[in-house]
Amino acid sequence: MLAFALRRAIQAIGVMIAVGIIAFSMFRFAGDPVSQMVSLDTTNAERAAIRQSLGLDDPVVVQFGRYIANAAQFKFGVSYQFRLPVSKLLTERMPATLELAICATIFALVCGILMGVYSALRRDTWLAHAFQAISLIGISLPTFLIGILLIYLFSVTLGWLPSFGRGDVVHIGWWTTGLLTLSGLKALIMPSITLGLFQMTLIMRLVRAEMLEVMRTDYIRFARARGLTTRAIHFGHALRNTLIPVITVVGLQFGSVIAFAIITETVFQWPGMGLLFVQAVQNVDIPIMAAYLMMVSLIFVTINFVVDILYTIVDPRLRSTVSRAH
Amino acid sequence: MSEAVVQHQVEERVSPGAVHAGRFRRLVDSDLFYSFRRSRITMVAAAVTLAFFLLAIFASVLAVQNPFDPAQLQLMNSRISPLWTADGQSPFLLGTDEQGRDVLSAILYGLRISLVVGILGVIFSGALGILLGLTAGYVGGAVDGLIMRIADVQLSFPAILIALLINGIAKSVFGNRLDEMSMLGVLVLAIGLSFWVQYARTVRGSVMVEKNKDYVAAAQLIGLPAPVIMLRHVLPNTMGPILVIATINLALAIITEATLSFLGSGMPETMPSLGTLIRIGNNYLFAGEWWIVAFPGLALAVLILSINLLGDWLRDALNPKLR
Repeated sequence: MLAFALRRAIQAIGVMIAVGIIAFSMFRFAGDPVSQMVSLDTTNAERAAIRQSLGLDDPVVVQFGRYIANAAQFKFGVSYQFRLPVSKLLTERMPATLELAICATIFALVCGILMGVYSALRRDTWLAHAFQAISLIGISLPTFLIGILLIYLFSVTLGWLPSFGRGDVVHIGWWTTGLLTLSGLKALIMPSITLGLFQMTLIMRLVRAEMLEVMRTDYIRFARARGLTTRAIHFGHALRNTLIPVITVVGLQFGSVIAFAIITETVFQWPGMGLLFVQAVQNVDIPIMAAYLMMVSLIFVTINFVVDILYTIVDPRLRSTVSRAH
Repeated sequence: MSEAVVQHQVEERVSPGAVHAGRFRRLVDSDLFYSFRRSRITMVAAAVTLAFFLLAIFASVLAVQNPFDPAQLQLMNSRISPLWTADGQSPFLLGTDEQGRDVLSAILYGLRISLVVGILGVIFSGALGILLGLTAGYVGGAVDGLIMRIADVQLSFPAILIALLINGIAKSVFGNRLDEMSMLGVLVLAIGLSFWVQYARTVRGSVMVEKNKDYVAAAQLIGLPAPVIMLRHVLPNTMGPILVIATINLALAIITEATLSFLGSGMPETMPSLGTLIRIGNNYLFAGEWWIVAFPGLALAVLILSINLLGDWLRDALNPKLR
């Protein structure tokens, strides 16, 4: 067990170092950092001074070591467009993205499970067929089209919901939240649905397939024989057993939700990290791009690591196969 | 496999004309074609996809104007609503945008760009993935380990993030102002590098199975070099799953291109794809000019839906377990 955890931890660190190398080479070799920071009338002497102060004259290995050491302390350099430390920009915008991602995941979980259970239990009703059709459309429609469609319906035509921004936010320490004001909650609805729709179809398909599988097992038949109510069988026994894979998938997908927030945030002009990243790509703001890459990678690697470890703790069968396989 | 060998021998004996007739017969008689005719949804999807390809190919004939040619645009014609509404004007069936550009013509030309980028992206990612998968499966050892590790890591990141990053890097290396054709190249590169993993994994899996078979041993014994064995003998036996992945990936590649263009990191406004058209149209949504964004969006959605349906059908039809 410990050996397994250690091996996984070393792999995770390996991935982070690889990502660090990519981020560093983006910063160092894709374009000249100095020419991005100076204006046209900066003299060569001043350029050399900046070069010196950034430590760009040191050997590449030393620079890489310094970059990684700084990154570990969340120092990612200064943004070319904003002239502000990247870490400050990212922490300012992180609450918006996390709040959006969490709301989208909750929406996807609730709707996905309900729709999945319904379409598994009442397989041939028109509503179940409608859910299947929705899931096909949810996979085929690009995220930004769904967002535009919602904006046209609820902002332009009906005028019910705001089409951009977070509404009023409340500051709690460094964290900002839109959950405590009415306009903040209203602003959250459409972005959450847009971001969560793809996950919802995924969860719905998964729950439906798992439920159909579980309903055929012996313990469900036995529960029936014991004379339990249908409700107790469906929700107490069948659904509970489908939830483990669902929670795993939701956990593993959370990183993707944060990454896909890039698109949703652009459609709704949501002031999060994704919007920052898109603007950075457009304006070739390498420090932000590199920092975003490192942050998202860290989230991915951490989630994967935790899920792997939790799996072996929860499921003893996996532990034995893992130790046998190696 | 044996069928392919027989076919090969037959082809060598009969004349070229007969080969074509024979191929056609073989296609009509095949299981695949039978399952195709049985599924009405698939036939509709295939017809729609074909229609989209034809529209894109003959865009310059069908469009009432060339939306890339500023001389043909007249500001007098700007912001005309679709033909069936009260303010509609012939010949602008789906209306015009701010610059007097006919929306339908823009869609036809945009469709062409979207399909070209999508197809080139699929070809590039397929070639890269097949090459790496063949190498990993055939050579094995440390090479295999390295390629598959990279694949594992890349698979856990969403393709759109990788494509955006590659896009940003390309911009900073080549400068922010790329012309249209090099932007198209960058998009193909970004899509190719984001989607190669699935091909590589599938090909590697098949190669690991195939390379222990007798025909590979025979090919090795008569002294054929490894690349020839891989490309001429092993690869054809892995084509089924690759075809399925390629179809589904075409839809994904078109979505990725459209998303990048929508985010402003794709095709420029001087040579718009469907995604760029949607981005431009999105700015006029609040002015009530819904048609500028609605029709490109509809075209994109229907195109992706039909390709997805085709891909789903192909996956089921080529899977012997489901027959």
